[in-house]
Amino acid sequence: MISPNTPLGMDASFVAHLQHQHPDLMPQATGERPDIAEATTITALSFATGVVMAGDRRATVGNRIASSTMEKVFAADSHSLIGVAGVAGFAVDLARLFAVELEHYEKLEGTQLSLTGKANRLSTLIRNQLPHALQGLSAVPVFAGVTPGTDDAKIFSYDALGGRFEERHWSSIGSGSPYAATTLKRLWSAEASQEQAIDASLQALIDAAEADAGTAGPDPRRDLYPLVYVVTGAGVTQVEQAVIAERVAGLEGHN
Amino acid sequence: MQPPIYVSPQQHMEDRADFARAGIRRGQPVVFASTVEGIVSLTHNASKSLFKLSEIYDRISWGAVGRYNEFEALRQAGIRYTDTRGYAYERIDVTARGLANMYAQTLGELFLSGAKPFEVEIGVAEVGQTPAADRLYQIGFDGTLLEHDGLLVLGGNEQELRQQLEAELGDEPGELTDTIATIRRVLGTTDTHVELALLDRDPQTIRGTHRAFRRLDPQAL
Repeated sequence: MISPNTPLGMDASFVAHLQHQHPDLMPQATGERPDIAEATTITALSFATGVVMAGDRRATVGNRIASSTMEKVFAADSHSLIGVAGVAGFAVDLARLFAVELEHYEKLEGTQLSLTGKANRLSTLIRNQLPHALQGLSAVPVFAGVTPGTDDAKIFSYDALGGRFEERHWSSIGSGSPYAATTLKRLWSAEASQEQAIDASLQALIDAAEADAGTAGPDPRRDLYPLVYVVTGAGVTQVEQAVIAERVAGLEGHN
Repeated sequence: MQPPIYVSPQQHMEDRADFARAGIRRGQPVVFASTVEGIVSLTHNASKSLFKLSEIYDRISWGAVGRYNEFEALRQAGIRYTDTRGYAYERIDVTARGLANMYAQTLGELFLSGAKPFEVEIGVAEVGQTPAADRLYQIGFDGTLLEHDGLLVLGGNEQELRQQLEAELGDEPGELTDTIATIRRVLGTTDTHVELALLDRDPQTIRGTHRAFRRLDPQAL
């Protein structure tokens, strides 16, 4: 119950604990690549006091739509967000494991990791998945957060090796990302308000959905809209679906 | 060669228990109480960073009396246990009862076969939807596990304190501020030397989080 086996200095790591005590609970790779669901297109866009992260709801297996209600953006903790693209099963596990990792650290140490500390921790989790990535089972996240009580916002993107890149103002991942990134780049502004940043993120997803079969656009008929989260120095909030529906209607009216 | 001195098993266990009790009695008492707003926990603590009360999981908090290094190891073991269970199953499957049993097993084993018994007493609280659904557990140095209703006192002269608090707080759970004021009056804590925490009854509605635990600023009350 009280384990002396945790590597020194990593006492507060939930992942280190799992690797030593419960390796069966770690995400596992299979021998070959089965039919797997993949998640697409996440955007992260900074504004004056924070970051907006948005994701569409589609998961595909080959050319079939596997899910229209998938969640790809999560609150990692009170002041950071993680969005995931790639193999859906791994991606969601990675986000869940990362959230527990951050909360575990916070409870054991009585304080949160620094923003860059969180980003580095995520690097290590991705690097642990390298054998899966080499089998074509890669899940790559985008991470964004704000140092609590400040306007100091950061966005990080990653490669399959766990390489960590701090982005300046925007980032997009997934198959629709080239199209979304063009829109983010065009609409980004240093003085943008939260509402403007949400509109720009929604516009980017709409543009990605128009060009990429793996990305779904807003679907008013079935009342399905992208998931949108905002993080500022005051913390993470999820934008209500009704608000997103209204903003999408406004956007499409102008186009 | 001198033969080893014979000590009867009864005497051996009594000695170990006396040793542990003496260590615990020196500690300042920790009090948990059900209120309308949630479960409050309170203790005398001069340190600003070394805590005797802690968050363990979504709706579960923890408090301890005794040797710091020993109860800190148990606190960390509790967080590992609950985080592992919540990750393997689901957050809702983590209960204070499971955690209290884990502590009872661990402390029981340490009492019987450890080099020396742990000089600690642990409290585990889980906040429910209503005060009647609150759970309060006390785990002794020898692994004794007790469930309490509405009020839990650890350490110090706990029996005397419990009687006094029961009389002053009454049978029904009170308002948060009144309950805190009463406990502080009985314990005689000052503004700067008190550690105070609350498990909110409905953190999702109040603060949009699954984590019910938060520290309270005694001066702000």
